[in-house]
Amino acid sequence: MSDVRPRIRLPRSAKAGDVVEVKTLISHNMETGTRRDGSGNVIPRQIINRFTCEYAGKMVVDMEMHPAISANPYVEFDVKVEESADFVFTWYDDDGSVYSETQAFEVG
Amino acid sequence: MKTITKLWASAAICGAMLTGMAQADPHPDAELIIEGELHLATRAAPPEHLGGVFPEIYSGWLFRTDETRALQMDDFDNPGILFAERGLDRWNAADGAAGQSCADCHGDVESMAGVRAAMPKINENGELWALEHYVNNCRTTRMEADAWGWNSEPMKDMSSLISLQSRGMPVAVQMDGDYAPFWEQGKEMYYTRFGQLEMSCANCHEDNWGRMIRADHLSQGMSNGFPTYRLKNATIVPLHQRFRGCIRDTRGETFREGSPEFTALELYVSSRGLGLPIEGVSVRQ
Amino acid sequence: MLTRRDTMALGLGVAAVAMVPGVASASAVDDAISAFTGGAAVADGGVTINAPEIAENGNTVPIEVEAAGAVSILMLAAGNPTPGVATFNFGEGAGTSRAATRIRLGGTQDVIAIAKLADGSFARGAVEVKVTIGGCGG
Repeated sequence: MSDVRPRIRLPRSAKAGDVVEVKTLISHNMETGTRRDGSGNVIPRQIINRFTCEYAGKMVVDMEMHPAISANPYVEFDVKVEESADFVFTWYDDDGSVYSETQAFEVG
Repeated sequence: MKTITKLWASAAICGAMLTGMAQADPHPDAELIIEGELHLATRAAPPEHLGGVFPEIYSGWLFRTDETRALQMDDFDNPGILFAERGLDRWNAADGAAGQSCADCHGDVESMAGVRAAMPKINENGELWALEHYVNNCRTTRMEADAWGWNSEPMKDMSSLISLQSRGMPVAVQMDGDYAPFWEQGKEMYYTRFGQLEMSCANCHEDNWGRMIRADHLSQGMSNGFPTYRLKNATIVPLHQRFRGCIRDTRGETFREGSPEFTALELYVSSRGLGLPIEGVSVRQ
Repeated sequence: MLTRRDTMALGLGVAAVAMVPGVASASAVDDAISAFTGGAAVADGGVTINAPEIAENGNTVPIEVEAAGAVSILMLAAGNPTPGVATFNFGEGAGTSRAATRIRLGGTQDVIAIAKLADGSFARGAVEVKVTIGGCGG
């Protein structure tokens, strides 16, 4: 998929020790593998099957996804931020593609 | 018994579809405020040409559940914004034999402010064109690129992007002068019963808005939210695709997207929403 | 007496129900839970699921799950063709044991969440989501 695009929303600011909410979205059809095309052939499954978020090198959430996750997968979770560091977000596609996004975050 | 059966089978088949009519009125006081900043009116005084058929006109947003409405109140939560973001990449990318991008001629995409609000518009040859026609005209004549399919991903990306530039601007279609014959054609279609079920646009969206059909809340059929991200389709649905779905649901032969008929209908339906703002990419069920 | 045409008329509203290809069997749900718990006992309660009571469209249903102290949470949709939805594994960087996502539900059904707590015990929560099947085309 050439047009897979991740979006991330982090809070504007945080203090050391805060728990902050992170929202992520990635454009992806999440093809279930149960639909058929116009000629009656099954459309092969192609989904994002795993999503991870790390902060300051520590795992925050490691999520396994099934076809019941909606198209354009949305994931929201909370992170404890002790120091300024990088967020690394990674999505794993059934076709072997890996989409990654890194964002620096300042803790004041 | 026979009479009842007959009734079911013929004239009242519409009624059958409208059974279980529960009132599903528009939300009485919800306000559409995007990220706490941009306030979009969802109620307005009806335009005069409607002759009092509506006490007030309502955005389709007001007919949706709390969860669906919330998705449009934050651009991060609105999956339609993904399409507009991809559209911006396309805006800046050269394509076609002429090696031109949209930006080469039009500059910043902000230059498109107001364009969506005035669509459909008459072109220099006197034809009524929708936004998608203009996009494809640029592609085939100036960029020497292939036209995009009406419901194709790149067209959805581009129409979402261009529409977003008009978000908050009032619907600004013209009805008079050269527009009058197109408007009349669209109005004629709006009140024409189509399909095996013999239903017109008005049967649902004028006579029965606020009620249930097919387990769904009937809105007034306003078009200011298009293109819209539909949860059912999990993608952007352009207005002409929606028209097609409506006519197909009457079990009728539909017109095609981009046809003169649907473009005239777009003009008339848009004029029913004069007073409402463009919602750019809205979110519906 | 219902004629065939009556049935068709009635069927319009519910045709979509018949198109749902199948629902997960109870054993598929049980199997998924045992695979997650290794057969350990599961206590009721301690897991909160936030979901709309009625989802306007089953294709995109917002859902949030939280279980204080959980290291991972398995989410299942008991009425889907296959019950698996997601498993959230919370790492040491997590601020809470909470996550929200959007899921597909093929019809009205129970959404089940099983939490694995830090002490190795398991807890369960479930909520019914009514899904509107219908709507006009597009």
